[in-house]
Amino acid sequence: MLLARVVGTVVATRKDPRLVSHKLLLARPMDPHGKAEGNYLVALDTVDAGVGDRVLIVSGSSARMAAGMKDCPVDAAIVGVVDSVEVTAGD
Amino acid sequence: MQMARVIGDVVATRKDDALEGIKLLLIQPIGADGASAGRTLVAVDSVGAGVGETVFFVRGKEASFPFHPTEVPADAGIVGIVDHWHVG
Repeated sequence: MLLARVVGTVVATRKDPRLVSHKLLLARPMDPHGKAEGNYLVALDTVDAGVGDRVLIVSGSSARMAAGMKDCPVDAAIVGVVDSVEVTAGD
Repeated sequence: MQMARVIGDVVATRKDDALEGIKLLLIQPIGADGASAGRTLVAVDSVGAGVGETVFFVRGKEASFPFHPTEVPADAGIVGIVDHWHVG
């Protein structure tokens, strides 16, 4: 899974019917120290995350295993709100 | 599978129910020379790995297989602890 920071929301009226009533958030992956890395992701939120939160994003077909995502056309889902990240060995 | 070094851990109270009770570890993928190779990831642990250890992990949906029949939303999972490795 990736660590990311939620930086915004995405609103789409016309979308796949299976995506209706799911919240879409814009997230920026980051390293464990909080430095942004890589491109922004549009992720489905399953844990009621909000802008500014550090979150855990599961990507690929595993995203469909998140609660309520069965058979959804999704490849990135927010499955956790991060309380703390501890780096205790050198990276 | 790929090798990685466990460099830390992640705590999340609010998370998917299927992740409850599963250890989340920060892993840094490494090459055959032990040097960092690629982005740091958060992986689920099913073998009792700890910080500082070298492990190997699977990517993709297979990461949830050790927890079968629970469908754990994970795309990286530690499935072995490396005792030692040898190149050439």
